[in-house]
Amino acid sequence: MKAYINGIGAVSPQNTLSQEHFLDDVVAVEERFLQVLKPDYKSFIDPKVLRRMSKIVRMSIVAAKTALDEAGIAKPDAILTGTGMGCQADTEKFLNAVLDNNETLLNPTAFIQSTHNTMGAQIALMQNNHNYNLTYVNRGFSFESALLDGLMLIKEGEVKNLLLGGIDEITDESWLISTKNDMYKTEPLNNLQLLNDTQTGGLSGEGANFFVLAGQKTSNSYACISGLDTFYKPANEQVVLEKILDFLKKQELELKDIDLVILGYNGNPISDNIYMHLENELFAENATAYFKHLSGEYDTAVSFATWLAAKIIKNGVVPSNVQKRKYTGTAPKKVLIYNHLRNLYHSPILLEQV
Amino acid sequence: MSSPIVVTGIGIISSIGNNLKETTHALLHMQSGIKPVSILNTRHAADFVLGEVKKTQEELNQLANADQTKPWTRTALLGLIAAREAIQDARLDHSGAFKTGIVSASTVGGMDRSELYYKDFIGEARHKEFIDTHHAGDHTEKIAETLDIKDYLTTISTACSSSLNSIMFGTRLIKNGILDRVLVGGSDALSKFTLNGFNTLMILDKEHCRPFDESRAGLNLGEGAAYLVLEKEEAALKQGKKIYAYISGYANANDAHHQTASSEEGNGPFLAMQHAITKAGLIPDDIDYINVHGTGTENNDLTEGMAMKRLFGTRIPPFSSTKAFTGHTLGAAGVIESVFSIIALQEQKLLPNINFKTAIPEINLIPVTEVKNAKLGHVLTNSFGFGGNDSTVVFSSNKTRVS
Repeated sequence: MKAYINGIGAVSPQNTLSQEHFLDDVVAVEERFLQVLKPDYKSFIDPKVLRRMSKIVRMSIVAAKTALDEAGIAKPDAILTGTGMGCQADTEKFLNAVLDNNETLLNPTAFIQSTHNTMGAQIALMQNNHNYNLTYVNRGFSFESALLDGLMLIKEGEVKNLLLGGIDEITDESWLISTKNDMYKTEPLNNLQLLNDTQTGGLSGEGANFFVLAGQKTSNSYACISGLDTFYKPANEQVVLEKILDFLKKQELELKDIDLVILGYNGNPISDNIYMHLENELFAENATAYFKHLSGEYDTAVSFATWLAAKIIKNGVVPSNVQKRKYTGTAPKKVLIYNHLRNLYHSPILLEQV
Repeated sequence: MSSPIVVTGIGIISSIGNNLKETTHALLHMQSGIKPVSILNTRHAADFVLGEVKKTQEELNQLANADQTKPWTRTALLGLIAAREAIQDARLDHSGAFKTGIVSASTVGGMDRSELYYKDFIGEARHKEFIDTHHAGDHTEKIAETLDIKDYLTTISTACSSSLNSIMFGTRLIKNGILDRVLVGGSDALSKFTLNGFNTLMILDKEHCRPFDESRAGLNLGEGAAYLVLEKEEAALKQGKKIYAYISGYANANDAHHQTASSEEGNGPFLAMQHAITKAGLIPDDIDYINVHGTGTENNDLTEGMAMKRLFGTRIPPFSSTKAFTGHTLGAAGVIESVFSIIALQEQKLLPNINFKTAIPEINLIPVTEVKNAKLGHVLTNSFGFGGNDSTVVFSSNKTRVS
């Protein structure tokens, strides 16, 4: 199974909507978590509609439109979204209203917009798009599940092209609750110093990263997604290592064929150990990169890594800001993403030059 | 041609029964599970009737035989009860060679516990073990871990059509060689969140719901879970397993009209049904029974009826909504009603649309109102959700041409 990436749109804490820049202008902040840079929403969305939309819906529409415009597609044959926590802002709003007002004086708007499929639905609505439309919601597997569905749809010949997005939003309250479980850091830090931070937890973030996938390449194709696997709660690091080796074997690749490995370091010393172990044991001879100092950690952060891998392959450069173990080649052809969320949801994704 | 995908195991729990046997009995004896509120702790308890599973958290814990070292939501307990029944029914063992996965569905996931402890989460973080059970996939993970399902897991949420999509996705995972066997379905527990949400939309009937009736005044909410074990026909036959039904057709379409209301002509429902029938290699005339979405709201029943008229013309197959038995079980509705459709196939009986008296004048469609013997080869079930997400699955008693 494989699919070509023919358009991308990313709303992130970095200047990723711009075509002129490719992480040569990284945004550094001193914050507890990373929020997306606010696009000029009004140039994408009718202001009357915009008013009622939560951030997660807004950023999804901007990212989706950007990807579709680039691919020159108005109405994709399918719309697939993955979101770990869905519409947090509207869910909190309605839940707090229910609890605070003892189930009285409620307004339905937040409830209506709280369902996980709101983003995919709003995109379909704007395009009058009656095609296949699905939303995956299994935390750190959400984007991967949507991607697998997309790869299958293309293989089955059901679609020529499709829109795929990974989306999660952060709110003050959702961030606060996540910190109670030591998931995220609580004190402000400079995101570019992520790997030197000693607080427990990862650096929390958010984003909407959309892709147009197709069965046929175009002259503008970024890369080809040619492999994907997911595994839940591996027993130990050795199992992770074996799973990755199995994955490469299935792709008929050896470690030396991989030009760059993008690892999901999020600044949490405990869970970053797995990446460190892999980097030292398995990928000892490979160039490596990391990205969560730019995107932050969230359930669908692997979609930002997919954006990064696609840009690296198309542009033929590995931005210095993401390099971990230095890339010395000329233009990476095969990039492996390896990500896990809280040592529960693990996934390798392979991207190749078209 | 690849081997067709079949159903070899069924598990279900809802207000009309804790397992397949009780469920079948209630359906065939026209016993509704919609009753006064006695489980959900809500100030609206006296205002509405609900399709509750009449078991407390402790009682569900026991029935599910759940690992007490873990935090369990009501959604996860309902899910585990149904999933275990399905696995046992299909006699799934984990002797090495098979790749087994789970695709589940839910709308609000662990909201039933989150809404009890939410202020604690924000404040002193008591009950913080329930922070991680909030997400929609928690019940899927709990089921997978308890039942030792290791090769794939994911969760779908497309509002009230969620679990029909999990049946579709699971079917395709086998067809594409990613899994050999897959547990598909969904679970949703009642919560104040959803009750109040639907209440603010003013689409809850205070009386028993009356799908497809002129006097219909909204839906009753319900809760439950159901799972199907899917495998290839050849694998099922080789192991001498009972085949309940063939998954012969399926489709997903979007109404693209409004976040919560269906288009007047029922575009999404029409496309979902049409594509599912085509996918099965059938024509509309081949469909012998439709288990409609039929929530009992003004908008749904009218537009679903319009879509049926457009697709089937004057030859609309016998149809019924079973929502007056269970209430609308949201993310679990698609698979619960798939189980009902398979019961219809197995029993060769049409299921009744209870509480119906008078046809809706604009469409003049009369559903089946009694349990009736019928020769059923192909049955179709619909589920539609917020966001215009509409899905249809066709179940058949035998192989169809292109499955």
